[in-house]
Amino acid sequence: MTSLVLAEHDNKTLSDATAKTVTAAASVSAPVHVLVAGENCAAVAEAAAKIAGVEKVLVADDALYAHLVAETMETLILSIADKYDAILAPATTNGKNILPRVAAKLDVPQISEILKVVSPDTFERPIYAGNAIQTVQAPAGKKVITVRVTAFKAAGDGGSAAIEKIAAGSDPGTAKFAGEALSKSERPELTSAKIVVSGGRGLGSAENFKLIEKVADRLHAAVGASRAAVDAGYVPNDYQVGQTGKVVAPDLYLAVGISGAIQHLAGMKDSKIIAAINKDEEAPIFQVADFGLVADLFQALPEMDQELAKRGR
Amino acid sequence: MKVLVPVKRVIDYNVKVRVKADQTGVDLANVKMSMNPFDEIAVEEAVRLKEKGKATEIVAISIGPQQASETIRTALAMGADRGILVKTDGDVEPLAVAKILKAIVDAEQPGLVITGKQAIDDDSNQTGQMLAALLGWGQGTFAHKLDLDQNAAKIEREIDGGLQTVEVKLPAVMTTDLRLNEPRYASLPNIMKAKKKPIEEKSPADYGVDVAPRLKVLKVAEPAKRGGGVKVKTVAELLDKLSEAGAI
Repeated sequence: MTSLVLAEHDNKTLSDATAKTVTAAASVSAPVHVLVAGENCAAVAEAAAKIAGVEKVLVADDALYAHLVAETMETLILSIADKYDAILAPATTNGKNILPRVAAKLDVPQISEILKVVSPDTFERPIYAGNAIQTVQAPAGKKVITVRVTAFKAAGDGGSAAIEKIAAGSDPGTAKFAGEALSKSERPELTSAKIVVSGGRGLGSAENFKLIEKVADRLHAAVGASRAAVDAGYVPNDYQVGQTGKVVAPDLYLAVGISGAIQHLAGMKDSKIIAAINKDEEAPIFQVADFGLVADLFQALPEMDQELAKRGR
Repeated sequence: MKVLVPVKRVIDYNVKVRVKADQTGVDLANVKMSMNPFDEIAVEEAVRLKEKGKATEIVAISIGPQQASETIRTALAMGADRGILVKTDGDVEPLAVAKILKAIVDAEQPGLVITGKQAIDDDSNQTGQMLAALLGWGQGTFAHKLDLDQNAAKIEREIDGGLQTVEVKLPAVMTTDLRLNEPRYASLPNIMKAKKKPIEEKSPADYGVDVAPRLKVLKVAEPAKRGGGVKVKTVAELLDKLSEAGAI
């Protein structure tokens, strides 16, 4: 009885979403194997081998997997699926893109974005933007699962799994990578940062968003945004926190100029502490905020920047 | 090129859902229902393709109760040409939806299927990818921009790190993300015209698909509530509180 976890990585670094998915996988079906598909990804495989609880790391190192194109990943995973009772991936854009193809070909229902493993065949998952939590039981047979990684602790280090090369699968030739424009940032990654400072429509422009970035940098925080701020073009799409964007659960989430639509709350309400600055005291964000400040952000943010500097941040 | 657009009838995105007291699901009685917002974006994209002369016919499909025909009418009013209603009662899981859609694709032979990336009720984010896999087609999920020619589609996708472009051979499946376009409101004349457009009624059995759920829903519960906190008066006080709480 073994489970397979699809590693999340960029060919150089293993994302901690993988270790979190390993934690979920271990309670579904142990031992856990990790599949690292990529190109020149030996360092990633070595990192995966160190995750506690991982028995084996399978590496498919081939140009075909440089960008984890879903069609080629489907054939690769299906080529080894026979050996596994459960196949899991973090609910990243890669996991969401790839795994339903695998489930469909295996003719099993996928269970998306699990929050909790109640028992090896029973899971909790959010529906309606997290306004309801569904407990579902999977039928006998293989399970295909994506994992909401903010809901699981990362498995620790200390493993020494065997690394085994596997052959590349076939290329169906239906789709290929044709370019990317990735956001470059020195800041921590949004979904794993300890502190997130997010801005909304209230910022009013891309220029003004720098006020958010200044405070974020003082706090060594990641920068997030509401859908309204992304739609308005203040920041790129990958900043979006919410039901259909990224889900974050940092130690501190500071929401500035964000009213708090349910779709946004869905992406951040599991944060340990929520603080909000908004000039509208009726804004729904205050209903979930531990600390609320009713203020004009154009005064509050520069003041916070200075105050943090004074405090040596 | 024919374009197929599946549309789902869901609780309107502005409605605050309530979990039923017996924990069997959420309360749908007297709740405003609308087309899934991502499906509206899908319909809009199809209509734009038709306006540009790249699509010849748009077929809107809904799988659901009789009232899902209203969702199809909305798509017809936006510019779709005809509809197919596959009547079912109860929830249909994404895999069963994908199987029905595959059967419709086999019959209709479209060049492109555009679906929403997820429905805002079950938040599964599976159907488009499952359909593509069952058909053996390529997919461009979470689409931000579509560049379509005769044999291939260049699809720019919203991914965790930014944007990625894939080149997909046609026929293909595309799933929409928020910023692909801004859906239009149907004009009154178009709403009137839509009433005359044909909607064909079918059943899952017509396509040989068993829609009995495979997953057993044991319970639907309210999430843990977050209590509101305290209001502070100044930025300094806010930072003090955050320090005390160990958050900064």
